[in-house]
Amino acid sequence: MSLDANSRPRLAPGCRMGENNNQRVLLMPERALRLNGPSLEIVSRCDGKNTVAQIVSELQVIYSKAQPQKVEEDILGYLQLLHDQRALDFEPGAP
Amino acid sequence: MSSTSQNPLALVAELTHRCPLHCVYCSNPLELQSRSSELSTEEWSRVFQEADAAGVLQADFTGGEPLARPDIVDLVRNARAAGLYVSLITSGLPLDEVKLDLLVDAGLDHFQLSFQGAREATANDISGTKSHQQKLRVLQWLKRYRIGLTLNFVIHHRNIDELEGMLAIVEASSPGCVEFASVQYYGWGFANRDQLMPTREQLDRCVDLLDRAEERLRGKTRVVFVVPDYYAKYPKPCVGGWGRKLMLVQPNGDVLPCHAAQIIPGLAFENVKNRTLREIWDSSAAFQKFRGEAWMQEPCKSCDRRSQDFGGCRCQAMLLASDATATDPVCSLSPQRPKVDAILANLNKSASAGAGLASHAVDVPVKPSWLYRPNPA
Repeated sequence: MSLDANSRPRLAPGCRMGENNNQRVLLMPERALRLNGPSLEIVSRCDGKNTVAQIVSELQVIYSKAQPQKVEEDILGYLQLLHDQRALDFEPGAP
Repeated sequence: MSSTSQNPLALVAELTHRCPLHCVYCSNPLELQSRSSELSTEEWSRVFQEADAAGVLQADFTGGEPLARPDIVDLVRNARAAGLYVSLITSGLPLDEVKLDLLVDAGLDHFQLSFQGAREATANDISGTKSHQQKLRVLQWLKRYRIGLTLNFVIHHRNIDELEGMLAIVEASSPGCVEFASVQYYGWGFANRDQLMPTREQLDRCVDLLDRAEERLRGKTRVVFVVPDYYAKYPKPCVGGWGRKLMLVQPNGDVLPCHAAQIIPGLAFENVKNRTLREIWDSSAAFQKFRGEAWMQEPCKSCDRRSQDFGGCRCQAMLLASDATATDPVCSLSPQRPKVDAILANLNKSASAGAGLASHAVDVPVKPSWLYRPNPA
């Protein structure tokens, strides 16, 4: 599957953000993922409202020292990984 | 002693040993605890708070059948309020639409529904009760809710040939995850082992089918396969390592490092009525016993894999080698591995003899003589 830049990533059923000992985590069935830096910035924007394109451009601002294209590639790769791990759904973008 | 600074991550809450099912591979101990010994709502709720304080992220509500607790909705609500992610691991049997609605409303994060087969006759035989149709109903009800869903098929010699039917149930219900969990041989599963162990031929076919299913379901349902470790080359990192990740609280409040730890002689377990979970995690002798590597023998002691699999399963070492500090005998590097090979060779030989009989049209169905798990008082 190739990612639609207008789709809106949203945490899949049974997945939510949590916190323990000041560490943000993504809680999933049977698993948990520690979130730091870029991963936290990405996942906290996966609310079903932001589009993939919006997330990319916001992160390109935050990580303005990195190559914009590299930032985009990393984000798309990470979103795809979370999707395949069933942590993320993509709501269709507005027509 | 190393690794004591780590926090526990998962709490397995065995809320009760009561269960309407009598599964022949149940992971509960052979000595089941009675209703009168169970912790109260208030005691469990305190345990959830202590778990969160100790660093635990997730609570797995299990049993027996956790829905057999009349206070299950309050327990879910209180565990969520304590800050935990709550999974309900259930047969779905004592459940109706009203109760499900209440559970979701109380904050249940994840519903794990067990299946004993794809065909009703098989499933009912394995669970010793009529259970299959109710599970299919529960699957329909669950479609109304946006909560995590895992289907768990416990597979073995008697139902592994129904994998296509199991996958059809999966594809019709699109859960986030499906587990094909081979029976592990402890407790009731160990008692019924010779009738539950799949043949090598069955296993090869299963692996092939599940590889293709994983490809087909990518992005829809995560497919997890738990191997029957007697056939594995290396042992499983049982419970993520002894005293490294998991705490199990029994119905009466005893705290164990794993489901089967009671079979290891000389281990004394502490109870949540007397000490906090944090104290038990840090200093209970049972949790200390196999932490780190000091207890290891060769070949584990100098093995490169010891930090991956932690020597395998202590309870399996006890069951198969009569020595809880031995290398897990399923490991191909274990001096005890020939014992496991002999069990498998014997089983595969008798299976092929049986197949020969069937092909000669001697149609005598051999009904297994199961040792069913009873329901405690």
